Parts: sequence; C-alpha cells; structure tokens
Amino acid sequence: MSSPFDINGGACVAMVGKDCVAIACDLRLGMQALTVSNNFPKLFNFGPSTFLGLTGLATDVSTVSDLFRYKVNMYRLREERNIAPQTLANLVSSSLYEKRFGPFFVSPVVAGVNYTTGKPFICGFDSIGCIDFAKDFIVSGTASEQLFGTCEGLWEPDMSPDDLFETISQALLSAVDRDALSGWGAQVYIIEKDKVTKRLLKGRQD
Amino acid sequence: MDKLIAQYTRSSHQNEFYSEQEQHDLTESHPPLSLKFSLPPIDDSRAFLRAMTDDHSNPSCPIKLAHGTTTLAFRFQGGIIVATDSRATAGNWIASQTVKKVIPVSRLSRGEDKPTDAPTPGLLGTMAGGAADCQYWLRYLSQQCTLHEIRHKRRITVAAASKILANLTYGYKGYGLSMGTMLAGMTPQEGPALYYIDSDGTRLPGNLFCVGSGQTFAYGVLDANYRYDLSEEEALELGRRSILAAMHRDAYSGGFINLYHVKEEGWVHHGFNDMNPIFWKTKLEKGEFSNVTSEL
Repeated sequence: MSSPFDINGGACVAMVGKDCVAIACDLRLGMQALTVSNNFPKLFNFGPSTFLGLTGLATDVSTVSDLFRYKVNMYRLREERNIAPQTLANLVSSSLYEKRFGPFFVSPVVAGVNYTTGKPFICGFDSIGCIDFAKDFIVSGTASEQLFGTCEGLWEPDMSPDDLFETISQALLSAVDRDALSGWGAQVYIIEKDKVTKRLLKGRQD
Repeated sequence: MDKLIAQYTRSSHQNEFYSEQEQHDLTESHPPLSLKFSLPPIDDSRAFLRAMTDDHSNPSCPIKLAHGTTTLAFRFQGGIIVATDSRATAGNWIASQTVKKVIPVSRLSRGEDKPTDAPTPGLLGTMAGGAADCQYWLRYLSQQCTLHEIRHKRRITVAAASKILANLTYGYKGYGLSMGTMLAGMTPQEGPALYYIDSDGTRLPGNLFCVGSGQTFAYGVLDANYRYDLSEEEALELGRRSILAAMHRDAYSGGFINLYHVKEEGWVHHGFNDMNPIFWKTKLEKGEFSNVTSEL
C-alpha cells in the first residue's frame, strides 16, 4: 500500500517577490497511475489577498478546504474584517494539530499580502500543523523534491510581479515534468496589495 | 610455392553442404542456456531477489528498477506497425523522457545508424518492464540471430528468434526478470510475423498486442479502430493515436512517440516525435481530448 500522500498526486509552490507573492499548483487528480481529472485546482481563496494551497490525499484536500471556508467565514462574521495571511496560518496550524492522532493527509501552503502592513507572507505546514516560515519559497506535493531544485535554481530576491510569474511558472512546469503523478496543466495566482491575477498554464498532457 | 597455394585452395563448391562432423558441431556448439550470473550467496536467492527488486508486491523495495511503458504492435495488410512511448520511471520519479524502446534485432542493422529512407532488413523487438533486462536479452538475442545467420546462411525466422527468447525467459523463471517484449519481422517463410514474449515464459503469436502499464488505454483506441485492411497511412496514424491516448491517461507513459513500419524488405523508422505538439494539434484541430481545459 502506497502512502496516502502519493495516491492522487499533485504539486504546489509559493514564492515571495517585491511587495507581491505568487502561488501555483498543478491540475492533476489521479488514482495511482490512472489520471482521472485534468481540472482539479488545489488553490483556495480566503480573502482579497490570502490563499491556501493544499496537496496530498484528494478527499482530504476537499474536506480541509471546506472546513477552512467555514472557519474563515465564521471569523469574518465575528470580527467584521478579512482574515490576514498570518492569522490564517495560525488557524491552519491549530486546526491541523487538533487531529494530531488521526491527521488529514495534506501538506498546506499559505500565501498572501497582509492588507494592513502591505508585506508579503508565505508559509508551509506538515500534516499535523508545524509551521515552516520562509522568506523565499515554499513547496509541497509529490513533486516537492523537484520543486526544491528548480526553486533553488531560479528564485532571486525582490522580483517584480511579472518576473515572479515567469519564475514560479518555469519552476513549477519544469518540476512536474519530472514527476509522474503531477502536471497536466497548472494555475498561477500573482497577489499584489490590491490586485490578484489568475493565469492558466498549458502544461504537457503526459 | 605451388604446394603452398594448393594447401589453401579448394574448389568453390566444396563447402556447399555440411559434413557429418560440421552438422554435429552446429547442433552441439550452442552456448549453454544458463549463462553464468552470480546469485546472492543465500539459501533462497529467488525469494531474496524478489523481495529486493519487485516493487509491485513491495512498493518500498530497496532496489528500484526502471519501469512503466506503453508499447504496441499490430499486423495489417501492409506489414506490421510498431509504436512505443519513451518514458522511464523509477517510482514516481521520471528518470528519462527519451528512451528508445524499439530495439533492432539484426546483424545487418548494427552500427548503421546513419539516416536512410531505405528499409533495414531484420527484426524489431520492443521493450517493456525492466530496462536493463530488455536491453541485455535483446542484445543477446541479436547475437544468437547473427550466429544463426552465419551458421545457416539465411536469416532466422521470427518464430525461431522468439523461441530463443522464450526458452531463455522460461529458464530464468522466478529469478525476478521483468520483461514484456514483442518481436516483429517479415521473412520469406512466414510473411509478416508478430510474437509476444514475457518474463513468465509466455510466447504467443498474434495480430495485435499492447504491452506495459498503459496497455489498456492503447487497447481501447486500437481495438475500436483496427481493421486488417488498413492503409499504410491509416495504420501509422492509428499506432500514433493509440500511444497518445495511453501517454495522456497513464502517469508512467509519456515523452516521445516512436513509430516503425515493418515491410517485406525490412523496417522503416517513421520518427521519434514529442507528444506535446501532437497532443494539442489533435485536441484543437480534431476536437478530441475535450476533457482537457485550455482556457480559464
């Protein structure tokens, strides 16, 4: 029996630029070798400039994204304001640790621009909520080893939104082309303080 | 001087037939089938090898071998079409996208890689399963076929060549060999001939085979559109389209489409082409693969 993290496949990456962040994912959903869907985005929006990426077991990706939609909606009603990426990160961490002895099989990534400070923020988690803060990039999914390689090679500090889009796209596409379980197209969000751009990447379909 | 010349001269037809001694040598001088491979120095080396290398029964086996493939071959009115993908994987890692999974099994084609449109005489073998096993044993088969050619002064039949390989794999049954091979060729005795041989020792003649992790996807397209009286053009396109379908749906197949056509005079190579432009052309121009999103 293979690891629950590797059954459905998928990859996600987030990167920091100058006053902007980018988050990207592939679109594959498979059952081991069989590709079932080419349109399974793994990025979820939780506010004007706050995103959550989820890779791992597809059923848990759906469940966890729905759970956080509920929790973030409740937060917004109670506080009468949008959730900041830092706050979402703490919410994700504590919610995942609640399932310490029966975890969700997901590796989340948070990316966003803080609407009060205007500072970019990214972080990643393991499946039970340990936060990995990073100044450069965060990777997750079955192509994470390949993503570490491409990101280490391509990332540089203070990139403009356009450069950041180019870099994250090349990093993701090159990485998933070396992973059998992810790929089949990709989605990229470029997040600036008051603008979000969504793009679809035409990836290899094998 | 005359004496010396006479010693090395014989009439031109003197060796037309084999003497009794020569016939005896020919039948008895085959190398023993059990070539000497070193085995792990333990009681049950078969079980040990299986535990270490068989990632099907044990996904966390310590020695991962290159796997994953789609290959197909089918007979039709104009000969035989052979087509393969080009991906090699070790677990989920894509080790290569440019593997040549069609191996010429013929002395005449050896070392003759210069591009030429003329058909090359000889057999073709396909590679699925363990990359090293296929490469090694098809090279061994190539050697045996060449020896056959020298001994018997004519090319080996596909039936005989496939039997050499099948006897070999049967001899190593249980030792963890992993190969699914198709042998295709055309000889004056047999016409177009196609055989499937695998590491269990199976040897089957047939009209149409798909082998590898993507075989089911290839069969789906191939069975739906296959006829014996396909034209050459249609047959090549069907081979290409079947491999494309398998590359798309099977995670362990992909890369380049390798196409061959076996004719009476020998085989012709019809390109080693990246699947990506072919896929988008098929999708956008013919409206197939509508499951794939191409806009937001």
